[in-house]
Amino acid sequence: MFADRYDPLQNEMVSILTPDGCCDESLRPDLDDEQIRTMYRQMLTMRLYDRKAVSMQRQGRFGTYAQMEGQEACMVASTYPLEPRDWIVTSYRETGAMWMHGVPLKLLSLYWMGNEFGSRMPEGVNVLPVSIPVGSHPLHAVGLAYAGKYRQDGSVAVAYFGDGATSEGDVHEAMNMAGVYEAPCVFFCQNNQYAISVPVREQTASPTIAQKALAYGFPGVRVDGNDVMAVYAVMREAVERARRGGGPTLIEAYTYRLGAHTTADDPTKYRDDAEVERWRPRDPLLRVQKYLHGRGAWSEDWEHELLEACTGKVEQTMNDAEAVPQPPPQDMFRYMFAEPPAALREQEAGLLASLETQQKG
Amino acid sequence: MATATLLEAIRDALHSELGADERVVLLGEDIGREGGVFRVTEGLQACYGRARVMDAPIAESGIIGMAVGMAIAGLRPVPEIQFMGFLYPAFDQLINHVGRMRNRSRGRFTCPLVVRVPYGGGIHPPEHHSESTEAMLVHTPGLQVVVPATPYDAKGLLISAIRSPDPVIFLEPKRIYRAVRQEIPEESYTVPIGEARLVREGTDVTVIAWGSMMHTVLQAAESLDADGISAEILDLRTLSPMDVPAIIASVEKTGRAVVVHEAARTAGLGAEIVAQINEKALLSLEAPVERVSGFDTVFPLPQLEKYYLPTPQIIEAAVHRALAF
Repeated sequence: MFADRYDPLQNEMVSILTPDGCCDESLRPDLDDEQIRTMYRQMLTMRLYDRKAVSMQRQGRFGTYAQMEGQEACMVASTYPLEPRDWIVTSYRETGAMWMHGVPLKLLSLYWMGNEFGSRMPEGVNVLPVSIPVGSHPLHAVGLAYAGKYRQDGSVAVAYFGDGATSEGDVHEAMNMAGVYEAPCVFFCQNNQYAISVPVREQTASPTIAQKALAYGFPGVRVDGNDVMAVYAVMREAVERARRGGGPTLIEAYTYRLGAHTTADDPTKYRDDAEVERWRPRDPLLRVQKYLHGRGAWSEDWEHELLEACTGKVEQTMNDAEAVPQPPPQDMFRYMFAEPPAALREQEAGLLASLETQQKG
Repeated sequence: MATATLLEAIRDALHSELGADERVVLLGEDIGREGGVFRVTEGLQACYGRARVMDAPIAESGIIGMAVGMAIAGLRPVPEIQFMGFLYPAFDQLINHVGRMRNRSRGRFTCPLVVRVPYGGGIHPPEHHSESTEAMLVHTPGLQVVVPATPYDAKGLLISAIRSPDPVIFLEPKRIYRAVRQEIPEESYTVPIGEARLVREGTDVTVIAWGSMMHTVLQAAESLDADGISAEILDLRTLSPMDVPAIIASVEKTGRAVVVHEAARTAGLGAEIVAQINEKALLSLEAPVERVSGFDTVFPLPQLEKYYLPTPQIIEAAVHRALAF
């Protein structure tokens, strides 16, 4: 049990796959080379998607976008142990996790392009729309988890949030209530070192985020967030614990945001390039590449093939999203209530009449 | 039929829906063992268990935020916030999530929950226990806001609220929790959300109010009767969506209107009602619409409370002004 063996108060961190691609055999999870290759493909897709999104934003084809470069291992490995009946509730930097749990990339692009239909999740996909108010959504995960427990349907809810969100009162309330109700819930905190510009040491006086769990009466584990194997192993343990009625776990995935906070942010204002360069060798993709290479499961040809395939997929996704026509103005009114009240119908009619007048004019 | 107070009628509605629908779950501070600080939920935990009548940690945002997740997962949570003055920590959840989930997800996820909140003054409590800030909720897109003034409406509206596919803030006039008794059916029934109640017909002036102010208005109407003034009284019952046609129909008939609320005056609901009347019934008006309200002050502690809350005399004076214009 990682939760027993790694003491967050001693600053201990679960690490299995080192930056040079070496695997701690004693901790290796049951992931075969083919699975690791799949995870690598998924991480690469995310990275290419992320870069494409930024470049499209610069061309005016994408809205303000929250980048996830550097955090791909967190996204892929944390969703791997989940089943379709499980819920994930995310903030804005988890596009990859949402995709992994079943939201088509095209929908996610549509969302970032400014169309609410991007948040209309397909039936059966248990992913809530992106929650932008920082730290407000882990409570929803606790409610979803409680509902699962109440109905005994065996589902688990996962809340994704960042280091900055841990300062929000709602995150405290969420963890406290999850502890009190023993909700089958996993709190997955990506500590990427910055909340926009504020470094984590100015966000909390706790040496680790994981240790906060102890005060709520459940385990907290710090894991190397750039280590796909460690994140998978720790997450699987937490999900299994929740599923069998053992209550919540807080996972602090220690990672680094290689990109900016969003496309509207300039990170040179608050951090040195040298710091970013120090993190580059710890890139989550690089170490998987090295690991697979060491096992004869990676080649330059394969990498090239993969790059081409993933780039094609991302391009296709973006084109498909751009081809979706803009929604009609009636949509603003249509989804406020099951039955629109008279005032909304009146306002809608007013807008349509005024648009008609403008067109005629 | 049996007689019930407004408080008992609310409990009756909760009992009825808990019994009829396993998805209904109550959560709130002290609602279990204690039965709520006003005893609205008394006996319900013993009857339905701790998983369905949940004592919650003191975390208003947490209670509403959890209810959001429960509602999305298909339950019908009915959270209680102990007093309206303690609802504000949950405004982030109400404004940013409860009122937006259906729209944000284009109908894929909904938030059918009912937030029960005792509101209003007149019970001589400590600070923060007397607020009447319904206008903030009515201003929030995506929320329905309901305020019963009678036991019959309390039960019927609460059952409607729990069965509504969209979120409802159910404001309970705590000042009259036990002040009025009325015969109500023992079985389950609904009162539609969005429809005002014509309390009594009149010819000279329309008085519009809701919640505990209804009873102050009724007292005023008795005195006005004695003066030969016939007031038509409209109980809005639902503040959002507001039954504007009922207001307009009455004002078109009487030509004069007085809006009464205990909330602060500026940007209170009275202002919205006046605007609606101006837009839709201006030519029927014989006088400017009068507003009777609380003041733009902090709600006072008990010693000054009598000066803050509208009284029958203040309402009568407003009616006389409207008639004398």
